[in-house]
Amino acid sequence: MPSSRRKQFDPITHELVPKHEVLPLEEAVKVLRELGIHPQKLPWIKASDPIVQQLKAKPGDIIKIERISPFGTKVVTYRFVVVG
Amino acid sequence: MVSDQIKEYVSKKVEEYKEVIPENKLGELQSAIMSLEIDITPEEVDRIFELAKEEYLKSLVQPGEPVGIVAAQSIGEPGTQMTLRTFHFAGVRELNVTLGLPRLIEIVDARKTPSTPMMKIYLKEEYKNNVEKVLEIARRLEYTKVQNVVSSIDIDLANFALILTLDPDMMRDKGVSFSDVVSALKKLKLPEHEIEESEEENRITITFTNLSDIMTLFKLREKVLNAKIKGLKGIKRAIVRKEGDEYVIYTDGSDLAAVVELPEVDTTRIWTNNIFEIQKVLGIEAARAHIVREIKRVLDEQGLDVDYRHILIVADMMTRDGTVKQVGRHGVTGEKESILARAAFEVTVKHLLEAAIHAEKEEFVGVVENIIIGQPIRLGTGMVELTMRLTR
Repeated sequence: MPSSRRKQFDPITHELVPKHEVLPLEEAVKVLRELGIHPQKLPWIKASDPIVQQLKAKPGDIIKIERISPFGTKVVTYRFVVVG
Repeated sequence: MVSDQIKEYVSKKVEEYKEVIPENKLGELQSAIMSLEIDITPEEVDRIFELAKEEYLKSLVQPGEPVGIVAAQSIGEPGTQMTLRTFHFAGVRELNVTLGLPRLIEIVDARKTPSTPMMKIYLKEEYKNNVEKVLEIARRLEYTKVQNVVSSIDIDLANFALILTLDPDMMRDKGVSFSDVVSALKKLKLPEHEIEESEEENRITITFTNLSDIMTLFKLREKVLNAKIKGLKGIKRAIVRKEGDEYVIYTDGSDLAAVVELPEVDTTRIWTNNIFEIQKVLGIEAARAHIVREIKRVLDEQGLDVDYRHILIVADMMTRDGTVKQVGRHGVTGEKESILARAAFEVTVKHLLEAAIHAEKEEFVGVVENIIIGQPIRLGTGMVELTMRLTR
């Protein structure tokens, strides 16, 4: 890794970044069954995304994202980690 | 007044309905019931919640509703009323910021760099009220080259020397001292040379001891002029403004990755109008949120009231595959599954030809392709198929 690895900056603290977490396998299966879709049909997130790197998620994982919508409600969405 | 018993019952009901109705709506409902002038019965409470649920479900998007088309129309129509004026002085009088329609197009086109890159840097608690400190940080950010502080540079052809005369006014303005310039010059990789400094006369003479080519001397002159004294590349100017009770730095130019590493900066609030920098440093979800905010801000500034949900769907489509994609030929539209839908948009022949070469198949599931061949589209009532039951 280049010398910029010494960074103390943590992207998660920024106000634009919603809460991300890796979904455990059992839960991921449950979610996909509920939605009735293949994981590829979810929106994607690249494995090189700074947040994914921090979570140490691998391609094939599903990330659960909790956004706060402009109306003040909590919205849960998922993204599928892809190579890139 | 509502009795305590009922209040308790309402809270229980709220818990029960949490799965169906969003929390903030439930909260509104709860406080409305609590502040009633008269007492109500548990049966009435049940009825209220039932009606609220019904009303909420009614207001949701129906299956088969063409949300994308509605979003496109709802943003497109007000867009026709936007001013075409590119520049607008947004509060900061020294900085030009692209606003209005040009900025909207810029966001939706997902340009790599905006036409007027800009940053808003907030500082940590301990610095944000200290003008001197903030000014000092702002000066440190500004990209300053030797060129910016010299009043003249002369070439002494006889001695193969460069004579720099510094401008004290410019130096004060940029916050650069004489020794800063000298150390910047010393850091340069120049061929064998001697530096002669004279601070009283504001003059620096660089004599090249082992040079015989005049062309190289001219090249070295350029090199010296472009030498960096301080600052971050890309940040042309930094201006300090008082906002509320704190001082904020506005910059002309943007370099999020570098600014975020500065210890004085409040990295939770830092802002830039460069969406790609946000994607790179903060991730795709932040980019999505940023697109929504920026589009909403541009529309609000023009006094146009567009519902958030239309903007959300645009941002969702733009960030669908993990990178910011433009709405257009090289992004959302260009990657549609259907050949006919792509061909109908732009460069028709190219798409048809390529599809033919790769033996692609048209599934006829989308809207555009079905309209082209004159088939009912699968939207709204077209989504359901009815079969008559013949036995009776």
